[in-house]
Amino acid sequence: MSRSRIITALAIIAVAGWSMIPAAALAQQKIIIDGSTTVGPIAKAFAEYYMSLNKDVNITVSESGSGNGAKSLINGMCDIADMSRFMKDTEFKAAVEKGRTPVAHVVAVDGLAIVVHPSSPINGLTVEQVRGIYTGAITNWKELGGPDVAIVMISRDTNSGTYETFEELVMNKEKIHEKAEYVGSNGAIRQRVQSTPAAIGYVGLGFVDRSVKALEIGGVAPDMNTVSSGIYPVARPLFMFTNGYPKLGSHLHRFITLYLSPKGQEIVEEIGFVPVTRY
Amino acid sequence: MMEDRTFEHTESEIGSRLLMSRGTRRFRRLGALAGNAVLVTIASSSLIALLFIFYFIVRDAIPFFRLEGFGEFFSGTRWYPSREEAEFGAGAIFAGSALVTVGAIAVAVPMGVFAALCLSDILPFSLRQVVKPVIEMLAAIPSVVYGFFALVIFAPLLQRQGGGMLSIGALIVLVPLSLIGVAVAGDLISAHVSERGRPAARVASVVVLLSVVTYALFELHRFLGGLQIASGTNALNASIILGIMALPTIVSVSEDALNAVGRELREGSYALGATRAETLMKVIIPAARSGIFAAVILGVMRAIGETMVVWMASGNAARIPEPWFNLLEPVRTLTATIAGDMGEADHVTGSARYHVLFAMAACLLAFAFIANLASELIIRRARKRLG
Repeated sequence: MSRSRIITALAIIAVAGWSMIPAAALAQQKIIIDGSTTVGPIAKAFAEYYMSLNKDVNITVSESGSGNGAKSLINGMCDIADMSRFMKDTEFKAAVEKGRTPVAHVVAVDGLAIVVHPSSPINGLTVEQVRGIYTGAITNWKELGGPDVAIVMISRDTNSGTYETFEELVMNKEKIHEKAEYVGSNGAIRQRVQSTPAAIGYVGLGFVDRSVKALEIGGVAPDMNTVSSGIYPVARPLFMFTNGYPKLGSHLHRFITLYLSPKGQEIVEEIGFVPVTRY
Repeated sequence: MMEDRTFEHTESEIGSRLLMSRGTRRFRRLGALAGNAVLVTIASSSLIALLFIFYFIVRDAIPFFRLEGFGEFFSGTRWYPSREEAEFGAGAIFAGSALVTVGAIAVAVPMGVFAALCLSDILPFSLRQVVKPVIEMLAAIPSVVYGFFALVIFAPLLQRQGGGMLSIGALIVLVPLSLIGVAVAGDLISAHVSERGRPAARVASVVVLLSVVTYALFELHRFLGGLQIASGTNALNASIILGIMALPTIVSVSEDALNAVGRELREGSYALGATRAETLMKVIIPAARSGIFAAVILGVMRAIGETMVVWMASGNAARIPEPWFNLLEPVRTLTATIAGDMGEADHVTGSARYHVLFAMAACLLAFAFIANLASELIIRRARKRLG
């Protein structure tokens, strides 16, 4: 009895000890990426693809927001800063003072489609009308020429990059009304809109399909061409910033130019953004 | 150590002590000591885990109150954590949690307690052996599956046929209840009439009551049937799904409590000439009262702590419904807010936006702790009284 107890104890100690042995540190080149939650998924997908081709590179991607990404690039804490906006003057100045020159790479374009139920008679709105709906100034489809039903507004949760984009490009510093419902993913917005005749929502362009109707905004229908050319108003470029242009042929150079390749374009499209290249 | 002492006094130990050398004995005792130490460590690790959770949540909650104070958090209703001038009014979120939980109780408690009564006193034993495991299987379904059901099937259904479903649901519950009520009331009223006129009085009162009740039910049916539900993800949806999720806990625990009442009380009651209804209402339920109450508290805990379902089914609008009991409007709960906002706040450590989630977690933890303590006390009191 007591002997088996001892054996149990020893076994537990052995297992605990085994797990404490540190993994042998492997000699690898590291690329550290930090910044926007909108661009983060692109960086993560690129990193996964790049690391599968190059076993000697270790790429870490954190998503701490565009501002923090810029800060870590300025302080030399990361190699690439993901940003969903351009760098501010003050950030550029701080970088130059520290001897760093931020170089912008536009890796993709982010376009948001405003979607409604396919049965809705509404085909197009202006940015101001969409803002009016989400601030609570317009509460009934009747006011926009639709049927007499209350509008159900659906938004992404506040921690998503999609929300950030919508807030910046549509809301123009105004608050989304507290009646708005929040859901956790682009897919969930689409699901809610396709099952709710009175709903309006917004999704990344890649998530538009036949189950919902994407509205024309200011008379322009959202598609790859109108978004990447900037004719469609609810769109913005997504950046990766490096410190100077990376040394040609280095891992960093090959990684940061991945978006120009057909595979890079495919990845960008898969995540739901619009690639800057068109093959 | 206590075990050790008793162990020493068992006969076999005394016998073996005579046969064993001193070295073997010492070795054995050392082994027992080590084994005990391991067991105590493992057992206490869960306690330590609990203490750590308390410590870390409170530690990260305090900076929020230091930064923003208490007033806005508990009484404000404007929840804009992501803006430059952030507003952290969680009042609407507390209200949302409360509303959804109360709704879930309203669904689960009557259903659960009646189901438990049916299982313990009405169904034959062989049927009970089948039905109880089936009800308990509800607890085995992952909550994300419930959430998916709520979002994809139940929400559109509420939007399309909400009014009709509500009125049918209400009628299913209210028709039998009001029939029982009418019968009982007829008896009570006719009891005041003299012996001779009693049958006539009973018939007359039942007819009058029945027509009143029928009219009321018809009006209710018309009102509910005419309701239009704009958005299917609302407090009602979350309440119903949460109620179903809390059901197995409530049924299982209260059925155990009802069974624990025992044969003697039941047979005693029947022997005194009580009917089954009287036995149930006046003997068994009062005797099992605290067990049922503990079951209800456990069910409430399940409902208030549930995250995935409310995140998917409640709509997450941080707003107190108008009027406040309007279950047909979307609400936002504490758990869903923590789950939904953690992604971004996670990395912005040090900001109020990060710590506010811990402040919410601390409130939930405090509530869970109090509720658990209460149910523990109630169960202990019941045990003392019955045993």
